[in-house]
Amino acid sequence: MTPLDNLSSLQHYIPDAALASFAVLIVIVDLFARGRSKVVVGVLSIAALAVAGALTLWMPHTGERLFYGMARQDGLAQTFKLVIVGCAAVTLLVSLRTQEVAERLRGEFFALMLFATYGMFLMVSASNLLIAYLGVELASISSYILAGFLANQSRSSEAAFKYVIYGSVASGVMLFGVSLLYGMAGTTDIALMGERLASAHPLALTIAVVFLFAGVGYKIASVPFHMWSPDVYEGSPLPVTAFLSVASKAAGFGLTLRIFRDGLGAEELLASVDWPLFLALLSAVTMTVGNLAAMGQKNVKRLLAYSSIAHGGYLLMGIAALGSSDSSAPTAAILFYLAVYLFMNLGAFFVVMHLAEPSRLGSEEMPAYRGLIRRSPALAIVMSVFLFSLIGLPPFAGFWGKLYLFKSVVDASLVEGGVNGHNFVWLVLLAMANSAISLYYYFAVVKAMLLDRGEEETPVKAHPAFALVLLILFLPTLLLGFFTNVDDFRVDEAPEASASIMAEE
Amino acid sequence: MDYLTLLWLVPLVGMGVVLLAPKSFSRLISLVATGVTLLLSLMIWNAFDSSVAGHQLGVDVEWIPQFNIRYLVGVDGLSLALILLTAVIAIIGVVASWNIGAETHREGTEKAYFAMYLLLVSGMFGFFVALDLILFYLFFELTLLPMYFLIGVWGGPRREYAAIKFFLYTLFGSVFMLVAILALYFQSGAAGARTFSIPELAAMDLPVQIVNWLWFGFYLGFAIKVPVFPFHTWLPDAHVEAPTPISVILAGVLLKMGTYGLVRVNVQTLGNAGEHWWTFLAVMGVVNILYGSFCAMAQRDLKKLVAYSSVGHMGFVLLAIAARTPEGINGAIFQMVSHGLLSGMLFLVVGVIYVRAHHRYIVYPEDEAELEMYHIDQSKAGRLGFGGLATSMPVYTGVMTIAFFGSLGLPGMSGFIGEALSLMGAWRVYPTLTVLAAVGILVGAAYFLWTIQRMFLGEKNPEWAELPDINARELIALVPLAALVIILGVMPSLATDLSKASVHGLEVVQDMIAKFANL
Repeated sequence: MTPLDNLSSLQHYIPDAALASFAVLIVIVDLFARGRSKVVVGVLSIAALAVAGALTLWMPHTGERLFYGMARQDGLAQTFKLVIVGCAAVTLLVSLRTQEVAERLRGEFFALMLFATYGMFLMVSASNLLIAYLGVELASISSYILAGFLANQSRSSEAAFKYVIYGSVASGVMLFGVSLLYGMAGTTDIALMGERLASAHPLALTIAVVFLFAGVGYKIASVPFHMWSPDVYEGSPLPVTAFLSVASKAAGFGLTLRIFRDGLGAEELLASVDWPLFLALLSAVTMTVGNLAAMGQKNVKRLLAYSSIAHGGYLLMGIAALGSSDSSAPTAAILFYLAVYLFMNLGAFFVVMHLAEPSRLGSEEMPAYRGLIRRSPALAIVMSVFLFSLIGLPPFAGFWGKLYLFKSVVDASLVEGGVNGHNFVWLVLLAMANSAISLYYYFAVVKAMLLDRGEEETPVKAHPAFALVLLILFLPTLLLGFFTNVDDFRVDEAPEASASIMAEE
Repeated sequence: MDYLTLLWLVPLVGMGVVLLAPKSFSRLISLVATGVTLLLSLMIWNAFDSSVAGHQLGVDVEWIPQFNIRYLVGVDGLSLALILLTAVIAIIGVVASWNIGAETHREGTEKAYFAMYLLLVSGMFGFFVALDLILFYLFFELTLLPMYFLIGVWGGPRREYAAIKFFLYTLFGSVFMLVAILALYFQSGAAGARTFSIPELAAMDLPVQIVNWLWFGFYLGFAIKVPVFPFHTWLPDAHVEAPTPISVILAGVLLKMGTYGLVRVNVQTLGNAGEHWWTFLAVMGVVNILYGSFCAMAQRDLKKLVAYSSVGHMGFVLLAIAARTPEGINGAIFQMVSHGLLSGMLFLVVGVIYVRAHHRYIVYPEDEAELEMYHIDQSKAGRLGFGGLATSMPVYTGVMTIAFFGSLGLPGMSGFIGEALSLMGAWRVYPTLTVLAAVGILVGAAYFLWTIQRMFLGEKNPEWAELPDINARELIALVPLAALVIILGVMPSLATDLSKASVHGLEVVQDMIAKFANL
């Protein structure tokens, strides 16, 4: 498909443009609606996300290349955007009702959420590394402020500070990688770059790819760029944590997918830089480190933070499998897993958030969860189901996510030629063993809630609005695997590296 | 709706009803639900044609067509025998759970208990009828969660440790199984169409090299469930902590899931695995028999003794499976059913004494902490716990004797037939190992007789002289099992006829494999 020029691109860019305009609008409205700011701006921003989500859902995404080949509206972008916008919408809904945020809720919070969301939109639809970098920065900078939103709390400020330091180093390294790649390929267009890099020096190419990965690796919290995430997740206001752990991770995977599938997937390239093996090793280390670190946690929020590193490790497995001859199956598996992850992880985080409020448990520590089944049977059971699903126990959605993900890696490994000559069945075995490890710490929470006897017996009530949000997350976690499967998440094939207008010049 | 689907659906619906209905109805609903499944299983038996090899009464519906995952269920002689066993054990488990709240000092939790119980029953039935590997795996895992809670909430002092150990071990085993399932699915593509269907996979001729790997993957999954040495350590812990009815289910049915899987997948589907694997399985069987029996002999705790005796008795099943002769497979099936009934009895018998004496030590422990846990006087450490119970509890002693003698392989009861058939089947293939296995019977007789002597005969221990005899409810649970043990001992054809054609069918597969190997 030939790239469209700026004017004819606009009609295909309506969802993203709508989101960006709303974000700007909210900043302005916030200035004039001082007194009733929270309600007006809150409603407006949720409307913005609803509009963007609906437009994304209904607009055809047939792989148009927009703005002279800078962005791509294809099925991949569409699915990722839906996950991101869904996560943002649920997070905003919940933050309206969350005490720790609600008290100091201002227009900025909503505007920043929308800007972060827009940055993530850019990341997942980018087909040019410059746009990708722009997206990463927009999403990151908004997130830095969101993480430090509770300015009067030292742990929130600390989180923001750590996030800024790690984030800026990572994106700096990424930019360096981009410049190296540009030096070798003479273009920043992802698809075209792959074609031109075939003759590049393998060592230089490897260094460039590793540097590039630093940027996205930090977004998906892959080892060794994961250090920030437990501290940031723990220190940030909980809605922000939930948002970061799902949407930010999804956006990171969207970009990673694009870079490795569209840009570096060509066979000639795989011969000179063996990124599937590199990513497989990273995936192995990431999931193991995440799980082992989670084992020792007594703070449930921190436990979930480490476990989300482990989930990033599982997903990286799918990225590594992209190096096989059929990249569409791992892509679909990654998308399916992320969709499932959206429900189960957000659900778990929100329960923690709701329980942490002073009027309920007032704590995120494991001992406070003891005997929850007596105080609030519904919350305890719902939380247990989210945790079961995160472990990957059948028949919950998490099981199907893992099943399809593992299946795609096994399939890719066993075909003639394997994944770039490698057999990653060992990685699947490791991932499964890791699921068994994760059972141990997730069940520590389940045990505290359902088996232990707590000191307090006073009932804990869930807020009705919150209960509704939980139900929306709970039902798919319970039933998604029975109503849909990974094949419904099959999106377009990797684009051919056809000439972009920019490149021809 | 067809019988086989109803079989796992009825307990599941029962669970929903238990959750919605008031607490006081929970046990009644469970009794009705398990009663209906017993009736269903009898109807399936009635409809089953034992002269036909292969699966019957099946349902085959597309489920996830993109991957050829099907809702595929069916029964053959092997699964029918185990379905009947499950149905019997399930309803007896409900009877044994009648006062579960009071017995475990958790009054008011009956609703949750019976909901979990029915979920467990549903998983077990589903597992025995499933013929699609994904469905098979789903039901295999479905039994884990309820079991975790049943041990973890209603168990003994170290229940949480035992529950998580059980869960982790089994999950770890199923890790390898799932990967093997995925690899098998992929391999089936080369030999025809990609499929998870066990009958289709069984008919395929998969390359031996790959089969050998897959065999081991499945073996790990099932071996932990059986459990086979050295994965057996979760079993004594789980049994000791589990409440009586759950021990009954665990020993009676759950362990059979492992050996059933071995027959269904390793023998039927991966039958052409290298000879060394079968020898390995036979050796593990004998290790189980000897190790389990000797461990049982050393136990002070009656429940632990019974748990280890299970390890030993499952060894006969393994040995017989490894031989893969018609007698052997028949013997394995028979031994599974027989052990299911007998171990059910044994754990009920242990439960009877535990409810009365609040401990179950044949000989008091010497460990201080353990003494304290059961409020046992320090001065009694290492001395006999019971003695001369036969005079104060004559009926109980009678029932117990049936269970013990049945288990030690007295002719005229099912245990003898099971062991004899297994050994007969194994003899043709592994004569040396069979002789070693026979030694296990001797050890078995030794520890059971010694236990009778120490607990029921000899001098009375005045402390436990006044224990009331077994009551009517406990008898209701025990008598049917005792009757079945004797009926099967006298008329083994009842069970062996079920599986004649199926086993013959297996033999045909074997012949085909042998011919392929000779080509």
